[in-house]
Amino acid sequence: MADEPLVLGIETSCDETGVGVVRGTTLLADAVASSVDEHARFGGVVPEVASRAHLEAMVPTIERALKDAGVSARDLDGIAVTAGPGLAGALLVGVSAAKAYAYALGKPLYGVNHLASHICVDQLEHGPLPEPTMALLVSGGHSSLLLSSDITSDVRPLGATIDDAAGEAFDKIARVLNLGFPGGPVIDRYAKEGDPTAIAFPRGLTGPRDPAYDFSFSGLKTSVARWIEARRAAGEEVPVRDVSASFQEAVVDVLTRKAVRACRDEGVDHLMIGGGVAANSRLRALAAERCEQAGIQLRVPRPKLCTDNGAMVAALGAEMVARGRAASDWDLSADSSLPVTETHVPGHSHGSAHGHDHVHEVGKGNLYS
Amino acid sequence: MLLLALDTATPAVTVALHDGSDVVASSSQVDARRHGELLLPAVDRVLAEAGTRIDAVTAVAVGMGPGPYTGLRVGLMTADTFGLALGVPVYGVCTLDALAYAAEDIEGAFVVATDARRKEVYWARYDDTRTRVTEPAVDRPADIADAVAGLPAVGAGALLYPDTFPRAYGPEHVSAAALAALAVERLAAGVELDPPRPLYLRRPDAQVPKNYKVVTPK
Ligand SMILES: [Zn+2]
Repeated sequence: MADEPLVLGIETSCDETGVGVVRGTTLLADAVASSVDEHARFGGVVPEVASRAHLEAMVPTIERALKDAGVSARDLDGIAVTAGPGLAGALLVGVSAAKAYAYALGKPLYGVNHLASHICVDQLEHGPLPEPTMALLVSGGHSSLLLSSDITSDVRPLGATIDDAAGEAFDKIARVLNLGFPGGPVIDRYAKEGDPTAIAFPRGLTGPRDPAYDFSFSGLKTSVARWIEARRAAGEEVPVRDVSASFQEAVVDVLTRKAVRACRDEGVDHLMIGGGVAANSRLRALAAERCEQAGIQLRVPRPKLCTDNGAMVAALGAEMVARGRAASDWDLSADSSLPVTETHVPGHSHGSAHGHDHVHEVGKGNLYS
Repeated sequence: MLLLALDTATPAVTVALHDGSDVVASSSQVDARRHGELLLPAVDRVLAEAGTRIDAVTAVAVGMGPGPYTGLRVGLMTADTFGLALGVPVYGVCTLDALAYAAEDIEGAFVVATDARRKEVYWARYDDTRTRVTEPAVDRPADIADAVAGLPAVGAGALLYPDTFPRAYGPEHVSAAALAALAVERLAAGVELDPPRPLYLRRPDAQVPKNYKVVTPK
């Protein structure tokens, strides 16, 4: 529909330069330039390398997104950008571009939260988000369970990793197995040919007294590394496929178990899964199985929308416009540790009902049933 | 013509507007940690002061550094994106050249040196305010003492290291007014200006920080 907001979104919180264009909840373009190959030899994302790549890729990626979308910059209703959380220097490149673009075009600017964008992107795949929405976000940077009654104003963290993010654990185990970086896709591939029950790796934070919705992958990582080293020390061959499958099973078992439990506890009958690890085939399959058993509807965007991209930022920006949320000011800054509760960064001049205050009181249990 | 000039390669966030014959408005603020926040409001102020709007701008000139990367990129990214949105050319100017151009009181050869942090300076030698004779470089002051011996020097890098630069003068930081004037002079003379590319001069630190991406609030 032509009266839905047309928004361009810019994402630079890590190593992908993403520019997306959406109209309302319709995806028009999703252009991504990645510097992942430049990081591979370091076994992780090097912030300065990522920032340099963002600066080089930005203008061509904006041009490509507009061309793919078949729209003119003049017709945009707003420019959205990831204001945080993420790598400080990388975020700053995107924020600088978005501000200059919005200012020069005379369009409103929306600095938005990266995590809320990961949730909102599902609107492009499955239509408007149910309210409330339960979201499991898993990537190299985040592993959290979030409950949102309105993606533009209310995101409540139920739990998060207390040490490594799930994606980091994949990267580290891939490194121990000499499979390269990033670890997620290659472990997924090997695991398909392995036995997930071959080795009983520990499930972190699943004891009766452990926090119900928090995650821990550090113990698992150490346990897998020790198991591999013991094999090597004994001069035995490491069964890469079985290790991959058993490790992956331990991660996705905990993730899906806790997500389903959160839905039950909060009386939410659907679950969305986002972030780069949501591209993992076993996570998708196990989540589908367990949600089906529990009578929960599962929403997982296609893999390309799960990893970092500009379309997710545009999706949240469009929702901000549609709901009349305040635009950001020209002094918008990048905030590497922007709390997930701050879904966007409204300008001072507009008066703000945001910050850490919530419209909904937390801590009363089944608020949304 | 209406040329918008900006530079974020030194601790100064500096913006100026030049109409082809004069600088019509300018702003300079020194705050090395807030380039990203300060630049756009400064552009807005300078345009308002000149009584014009961004769509009247016909060219953009930007300092390419060398300078600390995070701040440097703010200016370059902003200039690039202005160019894209407005459909106007974006020219790069070496930040040291703009500092040299402002050093009108110095006769003869001199050195420009800015603070590169990590006990180093970004520097270059000039025969006069318009003529650079060495490529911009980054070095420890003690290592270039011979190369700059006897020469007066301008910039914060010179003022910081009096052992190497005993005859150090201001201006400390670059001003976009000087950068704009230099760009306009070069354009008028038919000199081809550089494309806007960052002069990093150092390779990136290839260090993956521990827990580099754990950003989710606990
Ligand atoms: Zn992400």
